Amino acid sequence: MAVEWREQKAKGLDRPEPVLLPGQTYATIDEKITSIVIKRPLHPGWLLGAGISFALVMLLMYAVTWLLIKGIGIWGVNIPVAWGFAIANFVWWIGIGHAGTLISAILLLLNQKWRTSINRFAEAMTLFAVMCAGMFPLMHLGRPWNFYWLLPYPNTMSLWPQFRSPLVWDCFAVGTYFTVSLLFWYQGLIPDVAAVRDRARHPLKHLFFGILALGWRGSAKHWKYYESAYWLLAALATPLVVSVHSIVSTDFAVGLVPGWHSTFFPPYFVAGAIFSGFAMVLTLSIPLRKFYGLEAYVTLQHLENMGKIMLATGLVVAYSYFQETIMAWYSGDINEWHMVVDRAFGAYGFAFWTLITCNVVLPQTLWWRKARTNVAWLFILSLCVQLGMWTERVVIVVQSLHQDFMPSAWYMYFPTAWDWATLLGTIGFFTFCFFMFIRLLPMISIHEVQDLAHAREPHPESPEPSDAAQRVLSPQPQEG
Amino acid sequence: MRKETPLYGLLAEFDTPERLLDAARKAREAGYRRMDAYSPFQVEGLAEEVGFRWNILPWLVFIGGFAGAGLGYFMEWFGMAVSYPINVAGRPLNSWVSYIPITFELGVLGASLTAFFSMLGLCGLPKPYHPVFKAPRFDLATKDRFFLCIEADDPHFDERATWQFLSHLGALGVSEVAS
Repeated sequence: MAVEWREQKAKGLDRPEPVLLPGQTYATIDEKITSIVIKRPLHPGWLLGAGISFALVMLLMYAVTWLLIKGIGIWGVNIPVAWGFAIANFVWWIGIGHAGTLISAILLLLNQKWRTSINRFAEAMTLFAVMCAGMFPLMHLGRPWNFYWLLPYPNTMSLWPQFRSPLVWDCFAVGTYFTVSLLFWYQGLIPDVAAVRDRARHPLKHLFFGILALGWRGSAKHWKYYESAYWLLAALATPLVVSVHSIVSTDFAVGLVPGWHSTFFPPYFVAGAIFSGFAMVLTLSIPLRKFYGLEAYVTLQHLENMGKIMLATGLVVAYSYFQETIMAWYSGDINEWHMVVDRAFGAYGFAFWTLITCNVVLPQTLWWRKARTNVAWLFILSLCVQLGMWTERVVIVVQSLHQDFMPSAWYMYFPTAWDWATLLGTIGFFTFCFFMFIRLLPMISIHEVQDLAHAREPHPESPEPSDAAQRVLSPQPQEG
Repeated sequence: MRKETPLYGLLAEFDTPERLLDAARKAREAGYRRMDAYSPFQVEGLAEEVGFRWNILPWLVFIGGFAGAGLGYFMEWFGMAVSYPINVAGRPLNSWVSYIPITFELGVLGASLTAFFSMLGLCGLPKPYHPVFKAPRFDLATKDRFFLCIEADDPHFDERATWQFLSHLGALGVSEVAS
């Protein structure tokens, strides 16, 4: 093995590919990315995918309408399992969003150049995932039309939300997270929609992108403010992303339920969030780079790096599972220990072993470079990890609740068709938003990839302008 | 004919960021002050060459962040300790530890909103129309060309002399920008 590796290194094969394949000029980058938005005809594959997603959005509408008519009794939730799929889905979706912010903000601050070609759609993924996440607590309120009771607003009874409650923290955390992600994403888009505006020939497209671009003209002074604001937003989003899932975890950790009541929940949840989020970025980027011919921008190097991050965060998650068991044993608390035994060998044991397989066992293949650069395996693995992380959230919510302190109050939770319809519906909503995004907006950051090309080749050899070009471009001013 | 529409400035086109940076430096050394450069991506050091002085934005963000956090904490304290005090199991009315998450979130929110909107404000955006948009080939400023515009209200601006000056900086071409 070692000899083989050294040989590969000598041949320069230890890094599979650069983060930007050679032969890319400013113009080719611009044309490739803008043409997907303004020139590419509707493809039957896109129509099929968007159509299926749209059908699922309709399923969501149907499920939500029935929910509003009948109430949350249509779900499988009841005492003692009062939090079912809805809360598990909330935690899962918001975790998926976290990888987008990690790529766009934390990797920017760490000066990881490879983030530039995947940050745009990772941020879009964040936005759509947070939208899906936000739906669940609202639906779970029972009377969603009273959602504004969570906010401090002047009311006739002079009541305030209980600011000591993690559920109210959640409302502020998710609201702030969505707003900051939106600002960050839109700011990154401004120079790129300006580029699309300048390429668009159709007057309506010109108008649409012209409005979105806000009159951006690439002035050096504007770039200065732009960069300053962009880095500051990144620096603000970095602690924010950690705070959001930490606060989500306190929803559980503050409760006294065995399986919830532990101090290591915040880092455990944040690691799981990044783990599942990177899996989602892989799930999205692998088909995108193939169908839109973006292999020059999203290279094997990107996929490999994401595989490495998944491996690292997966190990943190595995360590958390281990710690959870150790803490339960060390506490000497009979209820805690019962929870651990029941989790592995009780009625929901199959779910526990599914999550151990998906989150702990399968990601270990990523120790081998062969697995990290095998696109098909990465895609399958990313789906497995998402299944595993979703199962983990369900296990934490449902299994912990279904047997707490008093055996007389133990009860099973079974999801109903409406639980599944809502979950599938939000997956459809997410993919539908994503299908619209890749058609309507540049999915890769043009100016950042151009900057990357510039950094790769700081002083490109360009021929002096020819006399002919001079004459065409600069007629001398006439006397007059 | 040209005299009928007043001139906004002269726009020189370059093919690499290095040439634009070099041209901006030379224009600065030649005494021009009212100018701007346009590029598809940020070029390090270019803003300073065309007269960018002091970046107030980080200070605004600092103020915005503290205002958000301060107002957030004030709201929590006012609501829980002054406006509607409730004794929950003997916890202090000003239980500051529980107020940290929302204080933090609102601080981040205040700073982020300030960063985004003061960026737009300082750039003077949204501004759908600007004279340079009318210049031929300016649409390439978002693609692969780099422009330097010396504006007509510069005290050193002289149409012929500035034209000659720009042409000798290695520009691909120079064109007039009507205002």
